[in-house]
Amino acid sequence: MPVYNLQINGKQLTADVAADTPLLWVLRDHLGLLGTKYGCGIAQCGACTVHMNGVAMRSCSLPVSAVRTAAITTIEGLSVDGDHPLQKAWDETDVPQCGYCQAGQIMTAAALLKRNPHPSLTEIEDTMQGNICRCGAYHRIREAIQLASTKI
Amino acid sequence: MQQSINSRRDFLKKAAIAGGGLVLGFSWFGADGEAPAVLKGSFPEKSIGFNSYLSIAADGRVTILSPNPELGQNIMTSFPMIVAEELDADWTKVKVEQAALDTKSFDRQLTGGSGAVPHSWKRLRMAGATARAMLIQAAATQWSVPVTECTASNGFVLHAASGKKAGFGELAALAATLQVPKDAPLKDRKDFKIIGHAVKNVANKGIVTGKPMFGLDFYREGMLFAMIQRPPAFGTKIKTVDSAAAKAMPGIIDVVVFKNNVAVVGKSTWEIIKARKLLKVEYENEGAIESTSDHNAIFRTVMDNGKPEVKRKDGDVDAAFASAAKIIKAEYQCPFLSHSPMEPMNFFAHVKADGVELVGPSQTPASARTAVSKLLNISEDKITLELTRLGGGFGRRLKFDYVLEAAELSSIIKAPVKLIWTREDDMTGGNYRPAVRYHFEAALDAKGNLVGYKCRGVGINAGNLVREDNFPSGAVDNLLIESIDYKSPVTTGAWRAPITNFLGFAEQAFIDEVAEAAGKDPVQFRLELLSKARITPAGAIKYNIDRMEGVIKMAAEKSGWGIKKPGISQGFSVYFSHQSYVAQVCEVAMQAGKPVVKKIYAAADCGQVINLSGARQQVMGGITDGLGHAMYSKLSFKNGAAEQSNFHNYRLIRMKEIPEIEPYFVDNGIDPTGLGEPALPPTGGAVANAIYKAAGKRLRNQPFMDEPVFSGKA
Ligand code: FES
Ligand code: FES
Repeated sequence: MPVYNLQINGKQLTADVAADTPLLWVLRDHLGLLGTKYGCGIAQCGACTVHMNGVAMRSCSLPVSAVRTAAITTIEGLSVDGDHPLQKAWDETDVPQCGYCQAGQIMTAAALLKRNPHPSLTEIEDTMQGNICRCGAYHRIREAIQLASTKI
Repeated sequence: MQQSINSRRDFLKKAAIAGGGLVLGFSWFGADGEAPAVLKGSFPEKSIGFNSYLSIAADGRVTILSPNPELGQNIMTSFPMIVAEELDADWTKVKVEQAALDTKSFDRQLTGGSGAVPHSWKRLRMAGATARAMLIQAAATQWSVPVTECTASNGFVLHAASGKKAGFGELAALAATLQVPKDAPLKDRKDFKIIGHAVKNVANKGIVTGKPMFGLDFYREGMLFAMIQRPPAFGTKIKTVDSAAAKAMPGIIDVVVFKNNVAVVGKSTWEIIKARKLLKVEYENEGAIESTSDHNAIFRTVMDNGKPEVKRKDGDVDAAFASAAKIIKAEYQCPFLSHSPMEPMNFFAHVKADGVELVGPSQTPASARTAVSKLLNISEDKITLELTRLGGGFGRRLKFDYVLEAAELSSIIKAPVKLIWTREDDMTGGNYRPAVRYHFEAALDAKGNLVGYKCRGVGINAGNLVREDNFPSGAVDNLLIESIDYKSPVTTGAWRAPITNFLGFAEQAFIDEVAEAAGKDPVQFRLELLSKARITPAGAIKYNIDRMEGVIKMAAEKSGWGIKKPGISQGFSVYFSHQSYVAQVCEVAMQAGKPVVKKIYAAADCGQVINLSGARQQVMGGITDGLGHAMYSKLSFKNGAAEQSNFHNYRLIRMKEIPEIEPYFVDNGIDPTGLGEPALPPTGGAVANAIYKAAGKRLRNQPFMDEPVFSGKA
């Protein structure tokens, strides 16, 4: 099996896996980065969202061979201390219910705020439409993104 | 802050005893049980039924052990709040520790969303109050002042007359040597400083930084991964298995056939996903092979010709209908639904010569362990079950089929294994919310009074699908409630707010039809029925008329019921379920010829609100859940197999579809009655009744999106 040198959260990590292995399972099974979640495996729920060169990607549908030298950021690497404005806003707004979808929600929102620090409500909703929260925490997710956007 | 610890011995060590603190053991669940007791450094392993501990360390830190699984209902935060309140602790110094489940030491019980708080309210308060009383006694002894002159506040004991003040930590060692009082006084609720306020989830930090805490996050050196191919259609069983191609795939250790399962075991998740696709399994029929069209036909035949079980009969129904001025009839139907918690089913099992180790998410760990014990014929005390956080439950994890699968597989392959269900496995694998159909009839007299009422429910593997003592029972003199269950190979289970998740809609939508036929305002009509139930009750009344009236009036008032709002149509609904009362008003506007749900007001009476933030979240989440499933979700069947398999063709509500939600709570000082489920059942009715006002179309079948009114052509 090929060995992949991946740039993840500012570190170079290697994985010896089949070329078609989705980045999600490389992160979870091979690199021990468990913050990125499996929810559907077909790019429909957003639980597995990571950043590739700063852009939100569904890692369940991203083969490791397509990553190449791109910089990958996972929820573990979003901030040093859990102090990204979104992470703080998430606590402030008390968003999580079961919590399972939340890393993916935050990563999707973080990529949005990176390219557009002050998105309109519609831009927020359009972007977050791809992330399912089965617990129905959408109101607070939206509110937390708006709150974080005022802190940037 | 939340941390995980491994045993109660650990807890005692870490918590306080080493540093001269106070540790009280108490029980988190159950209406009655042992009184709190002081725990010393060592204590017998078995003797006590405590499953939680409250410790006050010498430095004033308060630690509360949470013994239960958390699935998003927030009790890991709200329960410690109750203890801290009665303790008069400084909440910012309280730490909640999640116990890893070791069922040998921790007597843990089921996590039902709504049931947890009511059962534990009293004993959690007692635990806190007992510790407070002991700290106050310690201070009084130390200062040689009467105990009645000392008070506790925010982590300190004070003696007003002398101005003396000591932190809980300074008093803990002395308190630990005192007699435990029997009836420590509880606070008056007007003095609550923590209960009823908004407190943030103690697990937030771990969640937003991606800390491993869920079942799927459990990894162990050397463990194997497994997925099972189950029969694709209900009513079929394995005929032949050809696993050669799958076995030849890289990373695959074995393919094992047991019961109706073909398990692919390998070294990583992706390798087993790929290999499983190469299995060639032939199935043969062993039961009825049903499609949705068959279910619809079954509903018709059973409704018309089935033998119903009479669940409640009051008065003379036939006479009431025979002399009625007007009769209204309607039928309501809903499809099967998947629970679809975001974290799919999974469990780790390691069956060894000397015992069994189980780790994962379950709402019923104790029953799961018992079932594993029976299955493997290994005594229960040799089985440990460690609970992880649950990535949602919604009732799915009340079943432990996936725990048994993992255990059986591990015993066959003699290796530690994590069994994983894919989303497709979860959605096509059964245990659904049952499909049901209700037939209602109402008889009105010439004055528009409801004099007769009939409800017959037909369910597919639904058990008793009526709630015979719910409103309007008791308010109608002549009433007949019947239930018929049809047995099908499609497996079903409890789904958030079992039965009432759809019955609430059906009843409340039908009542709206009856109110209209009677020429009465829907809110007024319900209030009249309640006042009839109060003055001249028909049969037993098992709901609280005052509480129901309270939420009706509150929702009407908060939403401005009956006051014209331009472009807005309102619909009303109220439901009693799981011991709490929730009324809702939904507002719908027509946009481009289609009804759009704009806003939902909710008035909830769940007794004392514990955590205002969590309570608002439960109401908003419950309404979003109720609305989403009423609007969009359905599982249909073709030749015994579910036609939906993942979120591309099974639709869940997403951010753009949520209305504004305004929750209100009745403040009546009643002990808490729970809120995990009761906000869901009324939603469908409020929405359908509002859509009727807006678009002139009665919605009687879910999902609503299948109705032509949503294509703008109705
Ligand atoms: S797991 Fe990748 S989008 Fe759902
Ligand atoms: S918090 Fe449970 S799925 Fe979003």
